[in-house]
Amino acid sequence: MSTSTQQPSAGPDTSAPSQGALGGHEKQAPWVPWAVFGAAAVLALAIGLLTSWNIVLFVIYTVVLGTLGTYLLSRVTEGPRKAVDRLVTCLVVSAFGIAMVPLVSLVYEVIRRGAERFDAEFFSASLQGVIGPGGGAYHALMGTLIITLLTTLISVPIGLMTAIYLVEYGTGRLKRSITFFIDVMTGIPSIVAGLFAYALFVLIFGPGVRLGIMGAVALSVLMIPVVVRSAEEVLKLVPNELREAAYALGVPKWRTILKVVIPTAIAGLATGVTLAIARVIGETAPLLITVGITNALNFNAFDGRMATLPVYAYYQLTQPGVPPQDAIDRAWTAALVLIMLVMGLNVVARLISRLFAPKTSR
Amino acid sequence: MAKRIDVSDLDIYYGNFKAVEGVNLSIEPRSITALIGPSGCGKSTFLRALNRMHEVIPGARVEGKVVIEGQDLYGSDVDPVDVRRQIGMVFQRPNPFPTMSIYDNVAAGLRLNAKKTSKSDMDDLVERSLKGANLWNEVKDRLNRPGSGLSGGQQQRLCIARAIAVQPEVLLMDEPCSALDPISTLAVEDLMMELKEQFTIVIVTHNMQQAARVSETTGFFNLNGVGQPGRLIEYNPTEKIFSNPDEKATEDYISGRFG
Ligand SMILES: Nc1ncnc2c1ncn2[C@@H]1O[C@H](COP(=O)(O)OP(=O)(O)OP(=O)(O)O)[C@@H](O)[C@H]1O
Ligand SMILES: [Mg+2]
Repeated sequence: MSTSTQQPSAGPDTSAPSQGALGGHEKQAPWVPWAVFGAAAVLALAIGLLTSWNIVLFVIYTVVLGTLGTYLLSRVTEGPRKAVDRLVTCLVVSAFGIAMVPLVSLVYEVIRRGAERFDAEFFSASLQGVIGPGGGAYHALMGTLIITLLTTLISVPIGLMTAIYLVEYGTGRLKRSITFFIDVMTGIPSIVAGLFAYALFVLIFGPGVRLGIMGAVALSVLMIPVVVRSAEEVLKLVPNELREAAYALGVPKWRTILKVVIPTAIAGLATGVTLAIARVIGETAPLLITVGITNALNFNAFDGRMATLPVYAYYQLTQPGVPPQDAIDRAWTAALVLIMLVMGLNVVARLISRLFAPKTSR
Repeated sequence: MAKRIDVSDLDIYYGNFKAVEGVNLSIEPRSITALIGPSGCGKSTFLRALNRMHEVIPGARVEGKVVIEGQDLYGSDVDPVDVRRQIGMVFQRPNPFPTMSIYDNVAAGLRLNAKKTSKSDMDDLVERSLKGANLWNEVKDRLNRPGSGLSGGQQQRLCIARAIAVQPEVLLMDEPCSALDPISTLAVEDLMMELKEQFTIVIVTHNMQQAARVSETTGFFNLNGVGQPGRLIEYNPTEKIFSNPDEKATEDYISGRFG
């Protein structure tokens, strides 16, 4: 069953070069693609200088020329199979680069502009009586933290219990309809959630009401489906065998859920909750309607308007006053703080999943 | 402690599918009963029906009667949780609780049921159970390490220790040795011989030699064809089953396996 007997028509003259095409070529040195791209960059520079200089065009020329050059060179020296491999590698890396452009430029821009007012005063002063320079976002930071905390307190119990119901108890039509409505809730535009909370509180307190708790209710409408979804996925991952092991020991179902299922899934649950918080902490539209904005410090979510970072940034940017630059700087710093909060939450989520993960070491 | 089990006209269904049909047998206290038969004939299904574990599977139900020491297992006033406290189960695949240490795994039966037990009583119980499961010497220096860090065979013995720690009266074992090496298998078999002094043991196994070695009574399950319910073909003392069975099917099955 050797291969040579199966290809009787291939004589020794023809088989030698065809084998060479498969693997006989010299392997390209690892620096060669880089060199090709370097040459492409030089060429692109030349084209740019001859026509009109433009950094975007320069990058595009470099990538296109470099990809083409790598492909052709590889096709000549390494054969078509390897050349296609290199072409696809170039395309994948370019796609990755394109995807990174908005992220990197956004982070860069926010850090550059936000650094201007990233100082102690920003974190210790409110905007009360501030005209022009100075002032801070202490009140907005506190508002964001308080409202997010309230949102979490409302959403996590409801979301977790819904998920437990869906995974452990739910059957038939009720389960299906809850799943359906959770899906619908996931797609609710955030402004609608805000309008819902506003309408609800207007029924009770009359028109024009603005309270921190209203914002928490509006954000809960957005957060609950996220918590339910992530918790449901995590609870489903807990192997059925563990539940059966507990049942076989004569443990009632609710204790099994409390003492076996939840501890096993705790890492995933905590991660999911943290990411859900990160999801709502930057919401602007619902807070705009329900909580409004204020320049003064207000720690009481049940009494009057509160400031929050996203709404603060929005008003500083759209109604900067004169001269505008001070307010615009504050807006950028507020945006920077918000991004840092979200990144911090993501780091926390990672730490949690590492800390709580079931230990399997010997 | 150990209890007698009488099963009469037991049918077991998964939804509309009848998995087991017309089982009649009685299991003596302080004995080992082996259940053998081809894959899919309903051995596990039957075993789970003996401690109402089938109820955790949606759609599963039984018809017929199981009486344990005069008490109807499926009586409307019987709490399945109580039943499972008296009738322990060891599963085919070891399933220690991954979040718990070795110690906590053994203590789980009491802890999860919130039984107040003093520290020293608990220490005693854990040591006794682990010794009972032939695992004490291997783990006594690392009781606080996670149970999932043990080898497969050790995990299975840990699960046995966990099951006997709640001092059930009947122990159901579903292919407890199918994932074990011959040495661990022998350890588990020795263990069963010791445990039968106190417990009634029912074991499902695909290993004929094992059935012949450990059991007093053997039940042979078979099914007539795909989609047909499994039936108890023969239920006799082990020696008789392996030397001159009443039924041709039993002989074929056993000799097929040995030949
Ligand atoms: N959860 C379930 N839902 C529906 N049908 C099931 C379920 N579990 C088992 N069955 C069916 O019941 C029949 C008996 O299965 P069972 O697991 O009792 O077989 P078994 O004798 O234990 O086989 P094995 O030796 O392979 O473990 C099979 O036809 C199986 O497909
Ligand atoms: Mg089975």
